[in-house]
Amino acid sequence: MTEYNGYSLRLYVAGQTPKSIAAIANLKKICEQYLTGQYEIEIIDLMKEPALAVRHQIVAIPTLIRQLPEPLKRIIGDLSNTEKVLVGLDIRPN
Amino acid sequence: MADKMRAKPGDLATIGKSPTGIRGLDEVTQGGLPQGRPTLLCGSAGCGKTLFGMTFLYNGAVECNEPGVFIAFEEQPEDLIKNVGTLKYDIEKLIAEKKFAIDHIEIERTKIAESGEYDLEGLFIRLAFAIDSISAKRVVVDTIETLFSGLENEQLLRSELRRLFEWLKAKGVTAIITGERGEGTLTRYGLEEYIADCVILLDNRLHDQLSTRRLRVIKYRGSAHGTNEYPFIIDEHGITVMPITSSGLAHEASTERVPSGIPDLDQMLEGKGYYKGSSILVSGMAGSGKSIVAAHFVDATCASGHRCIYFAMEESPHQIIRNMRSIGIDLQKWVDKKLLRFCARRPSLLGLETHLATMYRDVADFEPAAVVIDPISALLSAGMTGDVHSMVLRLADFLKGRGVTALFTNLGIVSGENATTEIQISSLIDVWLSLYNRESNGEHNRQLYLLKSRGMAHSNQVREFIMSSQGIKLRAAYVGPEGVLSGSARLAQEAKEKAAALVREQDMERRSRELERKRRETMAQIEILQAQLASEETEAALLRREGTAREDQLRADRVSMGVSRQTAAGLDKRAPKPSDKPKK
Repeated sequence: MTEYNGYSLRLYVAGQTPKSIAAIANLKKICEQYLTGQYEIEIIDLMKEPALAVRHQIVAIPTLIRQLPEPLKRIIGDLSNTEKVLVGLDIRPN
Repeated sequence: MADKMRAKPGDLATIGKSPTGIRGLDEVTQGGLPQGRPTLLCGSAGCGKTLFGMTFLYNGAVECNEPGVFIAFEEQPEDLIKNVGTLKYDIEKLIAEKKFAIDHIEIERTKIAESGEYDLEGLFIRLAFAIDSISAKRVVVDTIETLFSGLENEQLLRSELRRLFEWLKAKGVTAIITGERGEGTLTRYGLEEYIADCVILLDNRLHDQLSTRRLRVIKYRGSAHGTNEYPFIIDEHGITVMPITSSGLAHEASTERVPSGIPDLDQMLEGKGYYKGSSILVSGMAGSGKSIVAAHFVDATCASGHRCIYFAMEESPHQIIRNMRSIGIDLQKWVDKKLLRFCARRPSLLGLETHLATMYRDVADFEPAAVVIDPISALLSAGMTGDVHSMVLRLADFLKGRGVTALFTNLGIVSGENATTEIQISSLIDVWLSLYNRESNGEHNRQLYLLKSRGMAHSNQVREFIMSSQGIKLRAAYVGPEGVLSGSARLAQEAKEKAAALVREQDMERRSRELERKRRETMAQIEILQAQLASEETEAALLRREGTAREDQLRADRVSMGVSRQTAAGLDKRAPKPSDKPKK
C-alpha cells in the first residue's frame, strides 16, 4: 500500500498567516501519527515563488498536494479535520 | 443608483475611461469602460462574453499600449488563442511581446478535498504575478463563478470575491469580470452585488427562429451612457455594437446635388438630381423597373468616382449585374474598380437588428457616398411591420447623419390619393418616385411620377417610362385635346397629329404657291403699265417739241413778214434771223 519512497507531500502557503501555521502544524502531527518515517514534507511559500502557483495550479491557500505515491491528490484548508485529510491522502489508519 | 451623475465634459473631474476598441460600445459608454475599476459583464452562455473580453484586451494591447491579463477559468489558453485567431488577433505575438498574458485556473471539485479553513490567496498571488510580469493595465476574469461549482464553502467564496474586486480596484487595473446570467438575477451567484461601477448585459434572443444579439449598459457610475438595448453582431470582423436610435434629427442638410443617373429624371428635379444625403424611395409593383432606377443611380454615383453599396435582398449580385447589362449598364466594372460593393443577404437570414447592425458595419467600413437597398420591403419577412419601420427609420437617420444618399426600393402599389407604404416610411422619405403600370388599350405602360421631392421645385408630370438597351428614357406623356395618353395610344395620337400636320403643311404650300403666282401676275401688269407710261411720256415730249418748233416757225414767219413790210417802208433796217429771239 505504501511506496518504497513513502509519501512525498508539498504544502503551499502564503506567508506566515494563521491558517498557514495551523496547516503546517496539523500536517506534521498527522504525518507523525500515521506515516511515521515514511514521509517527506516540502513547504513552499508562494509569496516568495509566485510562479509556482501558476505551474502547480494553486488557487486556495493552504493547499496540500500528494506528489507521491501516484496519483496526485489535493487537499485544501488548514487540515484541521484529520479524518478528511486521511481520506484525501488515501491513508488507512491502522 | 442614487449617486449616478451625469458627466459634463469640461466640468468637474470625471472618471477616466478605457476605450474598448469595440465599435459602437465606446460611443454608447461615451469613451469606454471606467478606468481602474471592475466592470461586470453578464449574459447567458454563447452571448460572446469571452470574445468581448479578449477583444477588450487585444485592442488595449494593440491600440492603447495597455498590456492585458486574461484569467481563464473555463477555457484552455490554446483554445482561447485559436478561437480569436479567426478574427486575425495574433495573441501569441502579443504574448511574446509581453503585452498579453493568459493564466488558466483549473478547479475540479472531484479532485479536491477540503479540510478546514482556507482562502483564495493563491488566486490573488497568481493575478498579481500575471499583472506584474507584464505591467498589465487591463484584466479579464472569465468566468469567476466557476469557483462556486469547484469549491464548497460558498460563504467564504463570497467574502473572497468581495476582497478580489476591492483588490483589483486598489491595483488600479481596468477589469472585466464575466458572469453567467441567473434566474431573475443578472448573474447566477449575484456578482452584481460586488461590482457596482459598471454593469453590461449581453443578450441573445430568438424571435421567429432568428436570433438577435443585444447589449445594454445597465449601470455606469459617474458617467452618462446610452440606456437602450443596442444590437450587436459577432462575425469575422469581431464585435460591432450598433448605437443607433431614432434620436438623430440633427443632421446637416446638404445643398449639394447628385445625379439620378437618368438625365430625364434629373430634368424633373430642377435639372440637377437628388440632394446629397437625402432618402429616396422608389416604389412600384413587380416589374415596374425599380431596380433599374436604382442601377442608374449606382452607375451615376460610381461614374462620378464615389463609392456605393448595393444591399441586395432578393437577387444575387451576379444576377443583378447580368440583368443590368441588358439595359446597357455595366456594374461589373465598378465592382472591379472597387467603387461598388454588393452586400447580398436574404432578409430571413438574420434578425432585423442584426441586419441593421451589419449594414451599419458595412457602411462604416466602406464609407460609401450612396447606398441602395433593394428592396426594403423584403425586410418584412424578417420582422413585424412596426419593427421594420423602426429599423428603417434608424437606418435612414444613420445614413443621413453620415451624408450618405440612400435609395430604397419598395415593392407595393401606390395609389395617388392615399399614398403610403406597408412599412410606413413614406414620411421620412425626401424624394419619392412612384412607378406603375397603367393598363389601357390592351397594354400595360410603365409610368413614373414624382410623388414628392422635398426642398425643390419638381415636375408634377407623369412621364412615360421606357426601357431600352440604352437605359431608361422618360417621355413626356401626350397631353392634348384627347387627354393624357401613353404607350401606343400616344404613338397613334402622335401619328395622327403628324398626318394632320402634313396635310396642313401641304395646304400651306399650295396656297403660298398661288399667292406667288398672283404676285408675279401683278408684277407683270405693273411692268406693262410702266412701259405704257414711258411711251406716253415720250409722246408727250415729242408733242412739246413739235409745238415749240411750230411757234418758232410762226415767229420767224412774222418777222420775215415784217421785214418784207419795212423794206417797203425803209431799206436801212436789217431783218433779224428767224432763230433769234427778238433782240431789242
